[in-house]
Amino acid sequence: MREPYRRPMSSTTWWLSKRIYVLFMLRELTSVLIAAFLVVYLIQLAQLGQGAEAYTAFVERLASPGWIIFHLLVLIAALYHSITWFNLTPQVIVLRWGEEQVPPVFIAGSHYVAWLAVSVAIVWIVVGN
Amino acid sequence: MPKSGEAFWWSLFSAGGMVAALLLPIHVLLSGIAAPLGCVSAEAFGRQMQALVSHPLTKIYLFVLFSLTFFHCVHRIRHTLYDTGLREYQTPIAVICYGMALIGTVATVFVLLAI
Repeated sequence: MREPYRRPMSSTTWWLSKRIYVLFMLRELTSVLIAAFLVVYLIQLAQLGQGAEAYTAFVERLASPGWIIFHLLVLIAALYHSITWFNLTPQVIVLRWGEEQVPPVFIAGSHYVAWLAVSVAIVWIVVGN
Repeated sequence: MPKSGEAFWWSLFSAGGMVAALLLPIHVLLSGIAAPLGCVSAEAFGRQMQALVSHPLTKIYLFVLFSLTFFHCVHRIRHTLYDTGLREYQTPIAVICYGMALIGTVATVFVLLAI
């Protein structure tokens, strides 16, 4: 029996060969930034164990340019994750309304509406009261 | 890694993906950018966070947010490592990745219970 043909390909750098693979890899790498953010955020929340003043002092230290740049990169990563995630929802959720299939735009759109509503609610709970 | 366990990790992955997509950007913006830059008063923010996180419901909310997102992230990192040529080391990579998510989850529980 003959071996099936396999296109020669590097196992470590294959994703550099096409733009769409690079975008895929960038999306995967957002998880590294998000995990790093969770660790910093957990350390921030841990300060509440010592009281509100310790927490405020920690938050004020995060005003240094390095931390602001870090959090801006995390924000871009988090937004990239949210947008690519919601755009994929119509491929996972297929709804029918009687005979008709609910349009994919409607399914993705309802996730964007929920995202906005939840974000506004969190701002209101944390800042608005 | 036995094939039968895969469905469990993928279910944590998709639950974490949805939780992170809906909730994370606003948390990054509030706690990482707006509060440090003084867009909201850091002092008032600290008092409000203290009051909020003291409530059991907020602790449950933060536990779900942190644990599911940790497992989502390590699942992605695990598969990215496989896809970049480390396919021979599947078992140690899986153990290290999920182990780190477990450590993160346990740390979250300790932090939340100490507040």
